[in-house]
Amino acid sequence: MTTRLAGAPDLFRLAWRRDRILVPASVLGLVALSVGSAQATLALYPDDASAAEGLAGILTNPSVLAMYGPLASQTAEALAVFKTVMMGAFLTAVLGFVVVRRHTRTEEEEGRLELVGSGVVGRWSPLAAAVALALVAVVAASAFSAAGLAALGMDVEGSVAFGVAWLAAGLATVGVTAVAVQLASTTRGAAGLGFGFLAAMYALRAIADSADAGTLTHALGWLSPLGWAGRVEACGANRQWVLLLGLGALVIGVGIGVAVLDRRDLGAGLIPARNGPSRGGALLSSPLGLVTQLARGTIIGWTVGLTLGAVAIGSLLESIADLADDEVIQDFLRRLGGSAGTIEDIFVATEVRFVAVAVAASGVALVLRLVAAERSGLGEAVLATPTSRGRWYAAHVVVPLALVTALMALFGLVLGLVGSAVAPLAPSVGAAVAASLATLPAVWVVVGVAAFLGGAFPRFAPFAWGVLLVAFVVGELGATMDLPSWLIDASPFAHLSQLPGGSFELVSAVVLTLVAAALVVAGWAAYRRRDAV
Amino acid sequence: MTDGVTDVITVTGLRKSFGHTNALDGLDLTVSQGEVHGFLGPNGSGKSTTIRVLLGLLRADSGTASVLGQDPWRDATELHRSIAYVPGDVVLWPTLSGGEVIDLLGRLRGGIDDARRRRLVARFELDETKKGRAYSKGNRQKVALVAALASDARLLILDEPTAGLDPLMEEVFQAELADLRAQGRTTLLSSHILSEVEKACDRVSIVRSGRIVDTGSLADLRHLTRTRVHAVLRAAPTPVEVAQWPGVHDVDLVGGELRCSVEATHLGDLVEQLGRQGVEALTCQPPTLEELFLARYHEPVP
Repeated sequence: MTTRLAGAPDLFRLAWRRDRILVPASVLGLVALSVGSAQATLALYPDDASAAEGLAGILTNPSVLAMYGPLASQTAEALAVFKTVMMGAFLTAVLGFVVVRRHTRTEEEEGRLELVGSGVVGRWSPLAAAVALALVAVVAASAFSAAGLAALGMDVEGSVAFGVAWLAAGLATVGVTAVAVQLASTTRGAAGLGFGFLAAMYALRAIADSADAGTLTHALGWLSPLGWAGRVEACGANRQWVLLLGLGALVIGVGIGVAVLDRRDLGAGLIPARNGPSRGGALLSSPLGLVTQLARGTIIGWTVGLTLGAVAIGSLLESIADLADDEVIQDFLRRLGGSAGTIEDIFVATEVRFVAVAVAASGVALVLRLVAAERSGLGEAVLATPTSRGRWYAAHVVVPLALVTALMALFGLVLGLVGSAVAPLAPSVGAAVAASLATLPAVWVVVGVAAFLGGAFPRFAPFAWGVLLVAFVVGELGATMDLPSWLIDASPFAHLSQLPGGSFELVSAVVLTLVAAALVVAGWAAYRRRDAV
Repeated sequence: MTDGVTDVITVTGLRKSFGHTNALDGLDLTVSQGEVHGFLGPNGSGKSTTIRVLLGLLRADSGTASVLGQDPWRDATELHRSIAYVPGDVVLWPTLSGGEVIDLLGRLRGGIDDARRRRLVARFELDETKKGRAYSKGNRQKVALVAALASDARLLILDEPTAGLDPLMEEVFQAELADLRAQGRTTLLSSHILSEVEKACDRVSIVRSGRIVDTGSLADLRHLTRTRVHAVLRAAPTPVEVAQWPGVHDVDLVGGELRCSVEATHLGDLVEQLGRQGVEALTCQPPTLEELFLARYHEPVP
């Protein structure tokens, strides 16, 4: 036992030294999200009576419940944490995943672990150090958030329950990641497993939380760590014992992880590496073909995932039709949004924007491969052939732009087909596709930011993720956090048309598209001028 | 190839700095048509930076560089049709097989000679079906070498191409290098393996701290260094006398046994002097390559 953990404290210090910015900054961001959002909401709705207006907006839009989980109680405090419980639990889970993967599979793939592992380092030590640092991160985010909420004067039990909701999701994800990094033999494979797991768990709880309590479908939500976060019902039932579920998942995951570690070779995964063809296929004859071939796994994964998501969301339209019968709610919605749309329209409009953010993430990830190739030396190999920088850059921008465009079209199409099959009042296929495509200008802007940073400032290219995250958080929470309107307007997602139901705003769409084009061209111009290695 | 010797690479006064580090500090380099030119220097002396400037991947701060008569920064794309490059640290796409990479690089260079490709794969005993991440360092290098050697490039730039190869493969590489020269193609070969340089290179340039400190054929370079002499004399002179002979250094005289070193240009004078002293045994040893390079690497940079 002790020999298997030899050197673990040193590896922990090394991991901390490398992440001394990443971890505290992420924790700070998460605490700002929970406490800031609660403070702004409580300032807007100081008591339960005044909160009724805000609560009505939530209770009448089923897509909000599907997205964020159950509302714990009809109080101002429950409203104050309603959105941040699920959003924060998801981000805390991502943080746990990223930290564990960075210090295990990534290190192993890059060959650094071989160097470290040749010292007096136990077989379990790298995983132990990574898990320990991830625990520090998720515990800090949860505990500081709980303390911050209590300091705002919120109910202490409710504040603790809020921390428990985040922590349960975070602990479980750390456990799952401990297994995922053993199964996949590459960093990217581990990302596929990790994010695939989170997406599946999110979809599972969205479906479960949309079902009536007491049904089997609703009970399935207990299988999802993200479902646990909602079912703690912070500022309501306050089920603190849910933390035990998180702890259990962590222990089981780490247990399986070390069991696999004891059996596998360094550098290998349980999913074996296969040989490839001895000759290159037709795709491998141009930069564009190369980038496409390398992105094949990503393209297939997103296509499958998004199709499943569209089917799930589309089928939710069926139960929403029941709500729409209520004349009072329809009237309320009309006044609330100033929109003449039906409840189905509003549901689809909300979901489409949410999906647009996820699709933008796929585009950013692909664009950033330009920078990754530069860093690894693969870009050098290609640029030493008669491939111009312009073409190399263009290949890394065209493929993501085509992917996000195709994905949004696909999503709209499947959502429209499934929706109109299950709900007579659902938007038509054409309207769903149009609504989906109408979000593209904002998605292109985000991809354009990544392209510009990659072309002009490769060291700062990962900030494209930050831009996406801020655009999302500001767009989603801007109103409830009482943020200044100029900040909300800075998010490209704030300028999208209200579709379906509303009218298409041509000017915003054209302006956003021009901004995206300008970013891409500026990145291209800079990339042609700077050192390329 | 019979028309007069032209220069394939001409570099003058090249400077490039990264932050406060001067990677290149006024580097001059000339490589002639058809030669194998050794490019030597300690780690961090600026070899790879020079190569990347020659490929147009880095932009020089000042100085001029011309490769095959073109400006490597401005005409990079066009120029690369005539260049094949093996980087010092070969990285492959983890998900592509070796065969896929060879085809990709060949096609990006404008086509690949299939017969030559097959011959090279066989000669280097390369398993083309393995994925990039499964190759060892030596096998990754073979992939890059096969891709480069199978091309019709007029100029090959090889950055320590054999650092991971076993001796058998090293021999294959030497034979391929000889073929290249026979075809009149030009090679710029950066290497730390001195026996390889000695066998393959027509001329060498030695770079130190971003500057060329020596350039010429190995014979030229040897000429600049001292020969070690060991002689047994019947009538021994005093050490002071010996030290006054022209070009003689490091005198060690014990009884009739003299050990010293002499500048190549004064070797004849020394032999004459020794003849007068009644020499009974005489060995002259030209410097080994190792000594030659160690001397060049150690010399303080002016």
